Amino acid sequence: MNTPDDLFYTQNHEWIKVEDDKAYLGITDYAQYNLGDIVFVELPELDIQVEMEEAIAVVESVKAVSSIYAPISGTILEVNEELEDAPELLNEDPYENHIAIISLDDDSELDELMSATDYDAYCAKLDKE
Amino acid sequence: MSLKKTPLYDVHLKYKGKIVDYGGWELPVQYEGIKKEHNMVREKAGLFDVSHMGEIEVTGENASQFLQYLLTNDISKMSDNQIIYSFMCYPHGGVVDDLLVYKYSNTHYLLVVNAANVDKDREWLEDNLIEGVEIKNLSDDYALIAIQGPLAEDILQKTTTADLQAIKPFTFNQAVNIAGKNCLVSRTGYTGEDGFEIYLAPDDAILVWEDIMQKGGEDIKPAGLGARDSLRLEAKLPLYGQEITADITPLEAKLGFAVKLDKDDFIGKAVLLKQKENNIARTLVEFEMIGKGIPRSQYEVAKDGEIIGLVTSGLLAPTLQKNLGLALIKKEFDKVGEPIEIIIRGKSVNARIVENSFYNRKKN
Repeated sequence: MNTPDDLFYTQNHEWIKVEDDKAYLGITDYAQYNLGDIVFVELPELDIQVEMEEAIAVVESVKAVSSIYAPISGTILEVNEELEDAPELLNEDPYENHIAIISLDDDSELDELMSATDYDAYCAKLDKE
Repeated sequence: MSLKKTPLYDVHLKYKGKIVDYGGWELPVQYEGIKKEHNMVREKAGLFDVSHMGEIEVTGENASQFLQYLLTNDISKMSDNQIIYSFMCYPHGGVVDDLLVYKYSNTHYLLVVNAANVDKDREWLEDNLIEGVEIKNLSDDYALIAIQGPLAEDILQKTTTADLQAIKPFTFNQAVNIAGKNCLVSRTGYTGEDGFEIYLAPDDAILVWEDIMQKGGEDIKPAGLGARDSLRLEAKLPLYGQEITADITPLEAKLGFAVKLDKDDFIGKAVLLKQKENNIARTLVEFEMIGKGIPRSQYEVAKDGEIIGLVTSGLLAPTLQKNLGLALIKKEFDKVGEPIEIIIRGKSVNARIVENSFYNRKKN
């Protein structure tokens, strides 16, 4: 499983990549593998204010519907419309293909997210259960 | 309760199957990916482990009479080595199970039933048992492998000297030697493609599976439960628990072809006859999404703000590349072209009722 070091991770299998005062949001390699073929992405609404852990988007595989939760609070600045026509990009490279960009309003929220090492350990534990 | 493993469990691990808990069975939902496996079955061939399916043997001098009373289809017209699809109904017309009846002779039948319903079916059969009939649950005595796809016959023929062409749709040969093992082979399946189902002793399953994989070479891949579901739904084959349940009758699901109301009395006949004569309140319809979204089981169906039914199954059909679904709705709206709405996560998304838009290999 691929888990880049420079990202923050959630228990719901989202990642964010912080660049100055904004954050790219996507789903992890573990998430895309376990979902299987992703066939539909419902993107977040642009310009809305979201709270940490609020359901903001949906990813559907052939079999399953999964919610995407905001890893941090902020405003949706941008959505990746490419995914509407090519949802499979999330399977092909989940870290190169973000779902949205959120403004980073409160740095302290990052403390609640996991590092790559912690996330790997978290997934290993899930697989054992 | 611990999960049950089929005799092919080690093979699933070898082919890197992603194992899930499927009604108490550890089975692969996929190997390389559902879409890939789906397409492989439509274009070449796929191999499925369906050993979780139940097999119940019905024997005895009154076996034919017994099944004729418990099942909705007409058993009396069956030849030896023929198979029919039938429902077993409750007196109120709801479905105990849908199943295949394999006829060896007038005194010997095998019912192939849904895995989750084996115990319920056996109890129902026993509750209604008559003299001169014996019921045996043989589910643990059989492994079941399905080879499905346009190349299924060519590939399977490489494994046996038995003439597979002679096995016509919905018939079987119980003495087919594959890789030195005796198998019952029927021309049946659950994918909308040509293909065979192979019943054999659990201990022989791995050897036969591997022989088919080897003879098939590049033309065959293992396929998991995910593709099994997308293939069956795309071909509009009903699934027990979704299109038909204890609360949905075969006539509501428009599966009257397997309900013979002109035969002698059978369980459920009175209610089904009434449904046929007096019309029914709700029916199963095909629909296609117009707006964006994939319809899923249990989503609500609306018309001008009023709820008129529920989606029973839906998917983004991999071969047809359309968002298709089946829904049980109020009969008055059952008109081809009728605009309806599917409620997806609280939002109303446009759809319309269609017909003959699911996969049909003869037509497509």
